[in-house]
Amino acid sequence: MSPTVSGDGSWVMAVLLLLPLVGAGVVMALRKNDRLAKQAALVFSIGELAMAACAWGKFEASGARLQQSFSFDWIPSFGVHISFGVDGIALVMIATIAVLTPIVIGAGWADKLPEGRTAGGFFALILLEQALTIGVFAATDVFLFYVLFEIMLIPMYFLIGSYGGARRQYAAVKFFLYSFLGGLIMLASVIACYVMAGDELGKGTFDWQTLVGVVSDAPLSTQIWLFLGFFAAFAFKAPLVPFHTWLPDATAEAPIVVGVLLVGVLDKVGTFGFLRYLLPMFPDASKELAPYVLVLAVAGIIYGAMLASGQTDMKRFVAYVSIAHFGFIALGIFAFSSQAMAGSVTYMLNHSIATGMLILVIGMVISRGGSTRIADYGGMSKLTPVLAGMLLIAGLSTLSLPGTNSFISEFLVLIGSFPNQPVFTIIATTGMVLAAIYVLWLYQRIMTGPLRGNALVTQEPPIDAPVDATSGGPGAVKVKLEPEVSAHKAIFDLNGREKLVLAPLLLLIIGLGVYPKPVLDVVTPTVDATMCEAALVDPVPAERQLQCQ
Amino acid sequence: MSGKMSLATGGLDTVVQQASGAASAAWLLLLLPAFGAAVLLLGGRRTDKWGHLLGSATVIAAFVYGLVLFFGSTSLAADDRLQNLSLFEWINVGALQIDFGLRLDPLSLTFVLLITGVGSLIHIYSIGYMHDDAGRRRFFGYLNLFIAAMLLLVLGNSFVTLYFGWEGVGLASYLLIGWYQGKDFAATAAKKAFIMNRVGDVGLALAIFLMFKTMGSTQFDVVFDKIGDQSTATVVAIGLLLLLGACGKSGQFPLQAWLPDAMAGPTPVSALIHAATMVTAGVYLIARSSPIYSLPQAADARFAVMIIGALTLIIGCVIGCAYDDFKKVLAYSTVSQIGYMILAVGLGPAGYALGIMHLLTHGFFKAGLFLGAGSVMHGMNDEGDIRRMGGLARKMPVTFITWTLGYLALIGFPFLSGYFSKDAIIAAAFGETGWRGWVFGGVALLGAGITAFYMTRLLILVFLGKPRYENLKSEDGRDYHPHESPASMTIPMIVLAVGSIGAGAFLALGDRLAGWLEPTVGATLETHGPLSHGLIAVLTVALSFLGALIAYLIFGRREQPVTRPVRVSFPVRAARADLYGNHLNEALFGRPGIWLTRALVFVDNRGVDGLVNGLAAGLGGSSGRLRRTQTGFVRSYALSMLGGSILVIAAFLMVRFA
Repeated sequence: MSPTVSGDGSWVMAVLLLLPLVGAGVVMALRKNDRLAKQAALVFSIGELAMAACAWGKFEASGARLQQSFSFDWIPSFGVHISFGVDGIALVMIATIAVLTPIVIGAGWADKLPEGRTAGGFFALILLEQALTIGVFAATDVFLFYVLFEIMLIPMYFLIGSYGGARRQYAAVKFFLYSFLGGLIMLASVIACYVMAGDELGKGTFDWQTLVGVVSDAPLSTQIWLFLGFFAAFAFKAPLVPFHTWLPDATAEAPIVVGVLLVGVLDKVGTFGFLRYLLPMFPDASKELAPYVLVLAVAGIIYGAMLASGQTDMKRFVAYVSIAHFGFIALGIFAFSSQAMAGSVTYMLNHSIATGMLILVIGMVISRGGSTRIADYGGMSKLTPVLAGMLLIAGLSTLSLPGTNSFISEFLVLIGSFPNQPVFTIIATTGMVLAAIYVLWLYQRIMTGPLRGNALVTQEPPIDAPVDATSGGPGAVKVKLEPEVSAHKAIFDLNGREKLVLAPLLLLIIGLGVYPKPVLDVVTPTVDATMCEAALVDPVPAERQLQCQ
Repeated sequence: MSGKMSLATGGLDTVVQQASGAASAAWLLLLLPAFGAAVLLLGGRRTDKWGHLLGSATVIAAFVYGLVLFFGSTSLAADDRLQNLSLFEWINVGALQIDFGLRLDPLSLTFVLLITGVGSLIHIYSIGYMHDDAGRRRFFGYLNLFIAAMLLLVLGNSFVTLYFGWEGVGLASYLLIGWYQGKDFAATAAKKAFIMNRVGDVGLALAIFLMFKTMGSTQFDVVFDKIGDQSTATVVAIGLLLLLGACGKSGQFPLQAWLPDAMAGPTPVSALIHAATMVTAGVYLIARSSPIYSLPQAADARFAVMIIGALTLIIGCVIGCAYDDFKKVLAYSTVSQIGYMILAVGLGPAGYALGIMHLLTHGFFKAGLFLGAGSVMHGMNDEGDIRRMGGLARKMPVTFITWTLGYLALIGFPFLSGYFSKDAIIAAAFGETGWRGWVFGGVALLGAGITAFYMTRLLILVFLGKPRYENLKSEDGRDYHPHESPASMTIPMIVLAVGSIGAGAFLALGDRLAGWLEPTVGATLETHGPLSHGLIAVLTVALSFLGALIAYLIFGRREQPVTRPVRVSFPVRAARADLYGNHLNEALFGRPGIWLTRALVFVDNRGVDGLVNGLAAGLGGSSGRLRRTQTGFVRSYALSMLGGSILVIAAFLMVRFA
């Protein structure tokens, strides 16, 4: 525990963490000049993407458990370190953030902000959030993880509370309260782990790898308490039913691009926590409590899907879709097979891409029609065929059509969960049908049929509409209400910026659906390591048996 | 029994070879139409001018290449015809290793020719049919997408690649059924098709999961190799789950209701996707899985397949008698004919080749019948109601003749296509042992009679008798001026009519098709029931003639009303209501689902949220108060966090040391 910096000498991680922080500062300083601030934010986010690509390139999938690490003392008397490093799972999540941030900045480029708010402030907060979430995924000191887990709420609190919709204050407070409460309970477990390490080793530590060795041998009853402490934080974060009610409010009130970060990145910290903290540190408790978690997971799949079909508001719709998807991710993690677990990790990435695109496209619909109510739209594909196509593609990825990225992950989760948990898997598989229902029904209501809805057509009948006096009755009324093309509002298809924002997501959806190998290659060794740490054995043995140290 | 089976699977012991020569570029088959789809769908308006030509050219090229592969394969010894072409590692996690690759064998090559052959004709037909549609280029993009997905379905070398194509054709079908997006009924029909297909897909998916659990693989060769060692329960479960998948895609009972609604799409789509190719994918699935269904342990699963096939073929026939919509009658006819195919493949080794043969001949004559229907509707202002037609034979002679040939083939007129393929199935069904032979054979025989009845009714109402449209106007207010269609439409109809005449004889005589398919589905078992094949053939023809005669007596001798009679007997009412299939779905799943969803939305807003909010309020003060003290929010919570932590730690220590 020397006060000097230790690690494997890689500077990439430090740059990854500092670059968006510096970016946030610069953008904040430039906030008086709207245009310059936006450009600076975009440049920093693209630079960060390049750095993430660099980290990806340097990562050796079959190498050490934690790579590109560095560490130095923070609070020596309590053995707290500032230490960062990545494994395959963390790397995938960091790459997700790095990909989404420039897209989000591009998407929010022309957003109307509430009075008195600047684009500079908005984008600075986004970059700050990026730095903090990367830190959460890269932290290898449990106390540092806890601190960042709580701090990352603050920029998000302001992003929702200052830039959101009409009920943004309520939503922001609710979001903060839930997450903070969960974190609080986790803190108790974190401290207890520290105490246990002290008992065992003579000196307390928060180092994750050391703690894994110490805590995983604890008796089951102790493990269960500690497990529950962490679980509370993660179950609120990646909302599992019934801890989910903050998410629809937060998504509905947050600006569109913040919604992308919220469900695309922030919520993944919860499922990431399942994998990084719960399974390796509390293997016995994980096995003992898995059936209960699985009940929540599968309930979430069905419940989220049914609620999504019942929503009348597009943004709340996305929130419930995500709840269903988090159910799939939790199912894959607690079904205890390498296929399911790898499925869950790729699901975390693919959900960000698919749902990210879904939210952005819905945002583009909303920015044209000015309403979030589904009933205010209808037959929109006549006016905006490209936008309609994009909504359909995002939707198809959301319902995990083969050929899209999400299929790989959902398929892996289900096929991997089936050998250990056939009953849960069968129930979860019916979620496929529900997904088709909620996605296609949304598409139908917004895009197909005759042009209709307050958001798209003007109420007045067209000027030269023939009024047929001879035919009374319901038929005539119907004819009058069905608007002529000339009566629709001025609504245009996607502009160049919007196409540019969606193009990378579209490429990822198809590319990772047909050729997922680059991601799976990075993820699989870490999944195997996690299986080993949790003392799990694949139900379907591979030809080459996995050798745990 | 076991002797029969070893004979049946005898051909499957051959080793799968690595593809070489011309076959090593078989990925071109997929790439050609996929490239066409990508260019047409991403290229936008710029490709409007030549899009339909590119779309057609890619499919024709694929057909030519398919022919090269086919003749290359026929020149090989029978044992060398099973070839595998690995393309790349697709999904590889631990024991699950899914290879993205193609399996080239007699079964898949047969389908390649059917798909690209009929596909080419229908692309050409669509050039004329969709001429006035502003979105014609996009239409060809979707058609190309369909061809690519369908080829992947039949060429994939594992159940997962099959599943990829399986859902891919579902997407293409969804896009094309909903082609007339401005119409609500088209959008609803498209959604219904996709969702009901997904119900079937759940079955296929679960079958794949079960294969992985029990055999550790989803590749065809591994699964077919290991399936014999599995327990009866596993084999039957896999067989039934695959059957559920087949029911969804092929419109079999209880998932048949989407197919008639799918007629909302343009007619070429109905001909290609919803008659000749995609809806027969269920038959392909069962024939492809013949090593599973041929096992003695799978007897129960096969029995279920036969029941579904027989039930569906009768349901389709009965409803087909009641409809007045040209395409919907044909759709129910398709449902019924696929019932025959499913019944055939359910017979096991006695029927795989027969099912495929009927699938091929049906592909010709049903595609021809649909194109004829499209030609009629094209000349009749898109009118689909056969009661508003009549006497069109003189106005559309080519359409009439080609359609009539398809009609004769379908009802099994001696020595035309259907005669060979359908009679063989009926005879094989009689060959089942004991009461099963009598029941399944009898149902199939009865179905042939009813088929002749409803098809003759269609022929009479559309083409014969006096015109009934002369004093009517179409929905858009125009008069009807029926006329023959352009050559781009009639030529494909003529080609298909030739197939309707000769395909059956070509495939059946000398057991040509059965011998060709033997390396894939095993040798076709000769069965001999209580009735001789000759007698069955005579009975079938006699019953078909009787059906046609009754139809003539009812519809041919007096003028038919333009609007359909309302006061009709219960059987007709039931048939008009799809034998209440939709009502049942609605009552069992639709309404309860909607109510449950509404209830959950209510509960989620009031109950769950209220409960958790209340809890939160109790712990940390009401959200109202929080809002007032918002400036110090973070700080005050840091304080309460500290307090809370101390409490929880204290509780933890008490538990630990108590």
